[in-house]
Amino acid sequence: MTLHAITVLGHDRPGIIAETTDKIAGLGLNLEDSTMTLLRGHFAMMLVCEGPADDAEIEQALAPLTADGSLTVTVREVPAERAEAGDGSSWVLSVHGGDRPGIVSAVVAVIAGVGGNITDLTTRLASDFYLLVAEVDLPSGTDVAAVESELSRVAADLGVGVTLRAAETDEL
Amino acid sequence: MSVNTRVLEWTETDLGVAGEQREVVRAPASVLATPGERVDPTSPDVVRLAADLVATMRVSPGCVGLAAPQVGVGAKVFCVDVSEHPKTREHHGTFVLCNAEVVSGSRNEKAREGCMSVPDLTGDVKRPSRIVVRGQLPGTGEEVELEAEAFEARALQHEIDHCDGLLFLDRAAGAHAVYARKTYL
Repeated sequence: MTLHAITVLGHDRPGIIAETTDKIAGLGLNLEDSTMTLLRGHFAMMLVCEGPADDAEIEQALAPLTADGSLTVTVREVPAERAEAGDGSSWVLSVHGGDRPGIVSAVVAVIAGVGGNITDLTTRLASDFYLLVAEVDLPSGTDVAAVESELSRVAADLGVGVTLRAAETDEL
Repeated sequence: MSVNTRVLEWTETDLGVAGEQREVVRAPASVLATPGERVDPTSPDVVRLAADLVATMRVSPGCVGLAAPQVGVGAKVFCVDVSEHPKTREHHGTFVLCNAEVVSGSRNEKAREGCMSVPDLTGDVKRPSRIVVRGQLPGTGEEVELEAEAFEARALQHEIDHCDGLLFLDRAAGAHAVYARKTYL
């Protein structure tokens, strides 16, 4: 099984996903995981596809997307990764406040400092209001109260608010 | 909120048959995406299905509800029992409903849901936290209407959705509101 990581970045317009996935399907590739969003109005998509084509063939098939210079495409073969079934705990971290440099780096440093892993992250800047929301895995045995206290200290220095709440799943 | 005492007093022994464990099916089984048929709650097959749903729920760790499509039967029958769950407030104990529908709902709340039939994903779903549900009890077929809140309300809506061929993923709160499950049950 060969996996390819594909990124498509650039000027947004209707039809980019339709064209990209049509080329991918045309090569017989299976689109496994993907994520797409607009970042400050720019189209940003990342895909992992599985299939027999090699990187050069995929690049060639996607070349029409880049022809007018409005989009950049990258293709790279990647190894299969196994998702670890860890024994840690899942949390949602929210930070918001007035925009200033260094909010993300200061806050995520606290998470990294205890061996926590961020598995999903979104930041948004809306005029001068800054927002960060992250899915965080903390290793088992983490002193969560200490993490919260350190986050509060860092947030106070930055003049922003921070919350860390358990990402509980209701099993139904 | 008032608890419906008829439903609260109902137990699976009222069915008069011993339930047997059935195998739980997983997505992408087509039965999970197909609206279930309405049933005759007095028919022996439905009574047996009701008993089997409760029996299967009982042996599944952490399971607070199970709908017929989850055991491969495309029918509007489900069981719930949230009485042991820490998020439960008022509840109706163990019961089975046939042909159930949500009559009304209010006070939307968002929570992350998981499902035995979709073991690898969880998702944020917004649902009313106070609802009125109408359905029929298996065996006697009597029609009951009950008010549910909090966790019981969420569980009932999740199971009624199964009976209508819907998964929690059909109600995901957004494109980035679905998550790979990290810890396995």
